[in-house]
Amino acid sequence: MTSADTVVRAKQSLVARIAARAGGGALRVVLILVGLLWLMPTAGLLLSSLRDPAEANISGWWKVFSDPGQLTFSAYDDLLGNQQITDSLWTTLAITIPATLLVVVIGALAGFAFAWMDFPGRDWWFLIVVGLLVVPVQVALIPVAKLFGEIGIFQTTTGVVLFHTAFGLPFAIFLLRNFFAEIPRELLEAARLDGAGELRLFLRVVMPLGGPAIASLGIFQFLWVWNDMLVALIFADGGNPPITVALQQQVRQFGNNIDILGPGAFISMVIPLAVFFAFQRQFVAGVMAGAVK
Amino acid sequence: MSTATADGAATPGRASSAPPANGPSAKKPKSVMGTRPWLAAVFLLPALVLLGALVVYPIGYSVYRSLFDASGNGFVGLDNYQEMFSDDATKTAIKNNIIWLILAPTVSTALGLIFAVLTERIRWATAFKLVVFMPMAISMLAAGIIFRLVYEQDPDKGVANAMWVSVHDSFSESPPFPGAHPRPAAGTTESSSGAYTTNATLKAGSPTSLPLVAAKRDDISDAQDAKAAKPEAGKVTGTVWFDFTRGGLGKEGAIDKGEKAMAGLKVEAVKDGKVVGRATTAADGTYTLPAKAEGAQLRLPAWNFSEPYNGIDWLGPSLVTPAIIGSYVWIWAGFAMVLIAAGLAGVPRELMEAARMDGANEWQVFRRVTVPMLAPVLSVVVVTLMINVMKIFDLVYIIAPDPSKDDANVLALQLYQSSFGTDVNQGLGSAIAVLLLLLVMPIMIINIRRIRRESRR
Repeated sequence: MTSADTVVRAKQSLVARIAARAGGGALRVVLILVGLLWLMPTAGLLLSSLRDPAEANISGWWKVFSDPGQLTFSAYDDLLGNQQITDSLWTTLAITIPATLLVVVIGALAGFAFAWMDFPGRDWWFLIVVGLLVVPVQVALIPVAKLFGEIGIFQTTTGVVLFHTAFGLPFAIFLLRNFFAEIPRELLEAARLDGAGELRLFLRVVMPLGGPAIASLGIFQFLWVWNDMLVALIFADGGNPPITVALQQQVRQFGNNIDILGPGAFISMVIPLAVFFAFQRQFVAGVMAGAVK
Repeated sequence: MSTATADGAATPGRASSAPPANGPSAKKPKSVMGTRPWLAAVFLLPALVLLGALVVYPIGYSVYRSLFDASGNGFVGLDNYQEMFSDDATKTAIKNNIIWLILAPTVSTALGLIFAVLTERIRWATAFKLVVFMPMAISMLAAGIIFRLVYEQDPDKGVANAMWVSVHDSFSESPPFPGAHPRPAAGTTESSSGAYTTNATLKAGSPTSLPLVAAKRDDISDAQDAKAAKPEAGKVTGTVWFDFTRGGLGKEGAIDKGEKAMAGLKVEAVKDGKVVGRATTAADGTYTLPAKAEGAQLRLPAWNFSEPYNGIDWLGPSLVTPAIIGSYVWIWAGFAMVLIAAGLAGVPRELMEAARMDGANEWQVFRRVTVPMLAPVLSVVVVTLMINVMKIFDLVYIIAPDPSKDDANVLALQLYQSSFGTDVNQGLGSAIAVLLLLLVMPIMIINIRRIRRESRR
């Protein structure tokens, strides 16, 4: 009896194993196909941007497989020789870098105060910040445009930077306050006993220990601002817009200017993709944490 | 097995910082500073000034402004809100936002769940996750340009239609010579449907040839040379060819040397309105009909010359919103996948094993164990995507072409148009802004409540 049992079980497990093997093979094929499907849109635009512009505007990118001779960097050469595009890349940097630094610095100062300082109504103030986490930027477009108009920074780089900083702050304060609050009290007290003042505590103890959270926040804010189009569309200087707005102006003639849009889109994607591949962990953490925006 | 997700690039390093998932620490650290409120004020000042001026004040101003007309001087009460629900453009926007709210988060989350579960036990899952998550890094503008190209109507340019048309054409033949027609002098009559019938009747043993013109060069370029059909006793034969010699040296109506055959044309013999024989032209342009065709007229059905199937009008009025939602799913399925995969790593293995031991199959395990265990994560993902979708702007702005922009309208786009675009009415724009704020208000309250509860503990 027992030996028959074993045989049956062995048989079942063999069948099960074959089924699992075949299932695993099918699963592999499905995943590879889905992966290719996911890559295809981007690969299509990349190949289009690398084709002879005359060809790219009249036929599909898959034609390069039958005629690789048409691959060329000429569209990139043309685009990088285009003053407007190179200027717009500088504008993007001139917006993104200050907007990121300001959010990190101002957010860390406030996060530190919320985590370790005593002041009346601290918890209530913090709840207000939490409430502001999900306020849509759309609510502020009209009022801030008017406000900026009155103080003369509407459609300037300064205005865009301030707007992005303000809307980055609730998340920055929330994230950093929570992270700073986890710092062991003894570390702060020890530094305090050594006679460190608030600023010293902040700069020498809290900021260095907050490294991981600051990295996630910085990466998230950097990408958010770099990739923004809506705020820039309204608040940026129309004569010297960032890359997203410059490209957006080209979309109207879509179909016969793939030679501008293709390489333009890729140039605008280079930095975000580099950040993505270089800092995968922090990037994912930042995007996950900040997605409520 | 948990390493499959733990070592993946696509693992949230500190998922604990995700606001909807986790609140701040329960600990409420006491000040180590002593009480010096003015110092706290110094640390808080820059943040409070910016938040007050650019986030809090605008909320109040938007509410106030929404009660005034376009000029900003005339108080109109709630008229703007009424207009919002009666104005056609805004009504379309609200309708589309509802479609977005229903479709985009659920489809993205469902795909994310499937990907997360399928990749759970695969060694190279990291590569797959990287590919699916990558669109999160790029701007909506770039994604918009990418999908504008995918959805190009012309099947020779847009990959979506290229694939669709090749699937379609493998089930039905495509017409061989769009736009071609018999030489007017050849003695044919065109029917209202576009078929051509010869005036003369067919005779067995005496070939009937038909010269055609106006075929597209691409359709004819690799054809064989046309050959005059040989008379065959008891059969009706003939040639259909492209009566054109480059340089115009050929003789009209005669098969000159080097003139091309038109292969694959359908020909019919019609006698008294009835089809008595059918044939398809061979590679050299000749056709052979049975003896029955004697005395019938030769007809070239309209199908031969009809335009080829041109695919789906993705960005036309009826499909533009689902098409744009498709591009959104392409971006956000990766986000859903990574959050769900992180949640999946926390589901105890033993529960699934126990269900399997009890005889549950994989589907039952998924349906009865995995999904319920993941419910908290799934709801976080869906809620996050819903907040995100309410404010959708860039994708619609970039992908919808001008003719169908009105059909693709969404609230954020309408707000932009009413505030800074073509039909400026900042009163209406402010009302839409207030509506968007009201829509996210429940989430705001949930967040605040949870934080309060956690800090009391």
